[in-house]
Amino acid sequence: MSNENDKHWLVREKTVRLLWRVSLVLLSLLVIADFFINAHPYFKIDGTFGFYAWFGLVVCVGMVLLAKALGVFLKRKDTYYDNE
Amino acid sequence: MIMSDFPPGLVLIFGALLLPIIGQKFRPILTLGLPLITLYLIWSLPDGSFSTFPLFDYQLVFIHSDSLSRLFATVFSIMTFGGSLYALKQKSVLELAAVFVYAGSAIGVVFAGDLISLFIFWEIMAVASTLVILSVGSNRSFQISMRYFLVHVFGGTLLLVGIIAYILDTGSTTFTAMELNSFGTIFILMGFLINAAAPPLSAWLSDAYPEASFSGAVFLSAFTTKAAVYVLLRGFPGAEILVFIGIFMIFYGIIYALLENDMRRILAYSIVNQVGFMLTGIGIGTEMALNGVAAHAFTHIIYKALLLMSAGSVLYMTGKRKCTDLGGLFQSMPLTAFCGIIGALSISSFPLTSGFISKSMISQAAADDSLIAIWFLLMAASAGVFLHAGIKFPWFVFFQKDSGLRPPDPPWSMRLAMLLFAGICIGLGIWPEYLYSMLPYPVAYEPYTVTHVIHMLQLLLFSGFAFFLMLPLMKRTLTITLDADWFYRRLFPSILKNSSATVWRIDKMIRLAFLEKLNGGLIFLSKKNNRMSGLLSQNYPIGSMVLWVAVILAAYLFLSFIR
Repeated sequence: MSNENDKHWLVREKTVRLLWRVSLVLLSLLVIADFFINAHPYFKIDGTFGFYAWFGLVVCVGMVLLAKALGVFLKRKDTYYDNE
Repeated sequence: MIMSDFPPGLVLIFGALLLPIIGQKFRPILTLGLPLITLYLIWSLPDGSFSTFPLFDYQLVFIHSDSLSRLFATVFSIMTFGGSLYALKQKSVLELAAVFVYAGSAIGVVFAGDLISLFIFWEIMAVASTLVILSVGSNRSFQISMRYFLVHVFGGTLLLVGIIAYILDTGSTTFTAMELNSFGTIFILMGFLINAAAPPLSAWLSDAYPEASFSGAVFLSAFTTKAAVYVLLRGFPGAEILVFIGIFMIFYGIIYALLENDMRRILAYSIVNQVGFMLTGIGIGTEMALNGVAAHAFTHIIYKALLLMSAGSVLYMTGKRKCTDLGGLFQSMPLTAFCGIIGALSISSFPLTSGFISKSMISQAAADDSLIAIWFLLMAASAGVFLHAGIKFPWFVFFQKDSGLRPPDPPWSMRLAMLLFAGICIGLGIWPEYLYSMLPYPVAYEPYTVTHVIHMLQLLLFSGFAFFLMLPLMKRTLTITLDADWFYRRLFPSILKNSSATVWRIDKMIRLAFLEKLNGGLIFLSKKNNRMSGLLSQNYPIGSMVLWVAVILAAYLFLSFIR
C-alpha cells in the first residue's frame, strides 16, 4: 500500500494537493463574490465584507477548541461503563 | 368512503401483529404495503375531527386532521416505507413488529385530538421503541433498553400528572395550544421535553440509539423526537423557554458530536442538535418560524434516516462502528459513501438539498423578529452542523486513513432505500414548493436568492476549511464523553451502594444489640425459675414418670372392677 500508484487516485498526494488548491481558489472566489451581490443585512455587521466567511471560520475554530477543552474533563476510556 | 375515518396509525399497529404469523416470503408485501395504505388513508382524510369514542365522561378523538398533523403523518409513513425497504434483510421479526407498532403509535400521537388518546399512543410508542432496542438480544442491549425505558416511563408519568391536572383545571381534554401558567401545563411540557431529548435528561438518546441494530437505529431516529416536536409545535408555540432549551441543545449536540468516536453516536448527538433548531423555532413562535419547524422536521427525518442508513450499511458490512477502526471505505462502498455525503450535505443545509430550504426559514424567522443574539447563534450553529455531521461523519468513515477494509456496497434493498431517500433530499431541495404547500401557514419565502446562496456557501465552505485546518486536533481517540447519564449510571448507584452498606451495618448493630438483650432476659428468667425450684420446674427422672403412669393405670383398672 505504500506505493503511490497502488493507491486510489483520489487519495494520491498529487490529487490531494490539487484538491487543496482548487478549494482555496473556490474559497477566495466566494469571498470576492461579496463585491457583486447587494447584501441586505438583517442587522449591521452581517452586511460587512466577507462576514459569513470569517464568521464561519472563527466560530468553527472556536467550537473545536471548546470541545477540546471540555474533552479534558469529560473524556473517558470507552470501556468506562463496561463493568455494569 | 367507509374507511375514511379509520385511524391510519392503527393500520400499522394491527399489521405489526400479523408480521410474526405470516411467512418470511410474504412479509415484504406487508412491510412495504402497509405504509402505503397508511399514506393513502392519511391523504383521504378531510380536515376535522373523527373517530370519537366515549370513555367514562370524556371523548377520545383518535383523528384530528389538519395540515400540520397530515404533514407529520405523511413523513412518518414515508419513513416507515423507506425504512422497511432498508430493513428487508433484517431477520428479527420482533424488531420489525416493534417498529410497525412504534411507527403506528407515532402516527397515532400526531392525529390524537385529545390528551387522553395522545397519552395512550405516547406510551405505546415508549414500549415499542424499547422493544426495538431490546430485539438486538444481547445483554448490553437489555441493559440499555431498560435504562431507555425508565427514562421514558418517567417522562410518561410527568405527562400523565400534567394531563390529569390540566383536565381537572379546565375540564377539557382537547389537545390544543396551551399557556405555561399552571401546574398541569408545566408538567405536560416537561413530559414532552423528555421525549425531545431536552436537557437535563438528553443522554438517553445517544445512549440508546447507537445500540440498536443496523436498521433499528434508522427507525428510532425518526419517531420519538419528532413526535415530541409535533406535540410541542401544537401545544406550546411561542413558549419562550423553548428558545433557550433549543439553543442549548444545538451546541450540546455539536460539542459532543465533535468529541465522539462511534459513528452512529455522532449522528445521535446530531439528532439532539437538529431538534434544538426545531425547539428554538417553536419558541420564536411566528408563522414563519412554525412553518420552518414543520418543514425542518420533515426534511430532517429523511436526511437523518439517510445518514443512519449509510452508517448502518457500514456497520452491516464491516461489523465495525468506531471511527478509529474505519476509513477509506469510499473505495469499495462508493454508493454508500455517495448517499452518506448527500445526507451530510442536506443536514448542513447546502443549496440544492432539503436542509437548505427548511433550516433557513427558522433563522429567517429569528431575523424577522429582530432576535439578534438568536440569529447569530443559529448562524454559528449552521456552521457547526457542517463541522460535526456534514464533514466529520463522511470524512472519518469513508476517507480519513486507509483502514484496509474493502467491504462491498450492501445488498440491493439497502442500496435502493438509500437512493430513494437521497433522491427525496435532492428533490425537496430543488422543488421546495411541494413541501411549502403542505405547511400549516401560507409561505412567502424564497430560499434561492443569489445573496442567500452565496452567504450560505461562504459560511459552510469556510467551516469546512476550519475542519481541515484543525484536523490534527480532531484525531479520533478510543474514548467516550461523560454525559448526564453519568449521574444515574455511576453516581446514584454508588451512593445507593454505599448508603445501603451503611444501612445494613446499622441494622446489623441494632439486631445484635437486641439479640444480646433478649439472651440476657432469657438467662435471667431461667435462673429465676431455677431458684424457685417449684413443683413444675423440677427435673423428674423418666423412670419415676413411668412408675407413676403404671400406678395410675393400675388404679384405673382396679376402679373398673369394683363398679
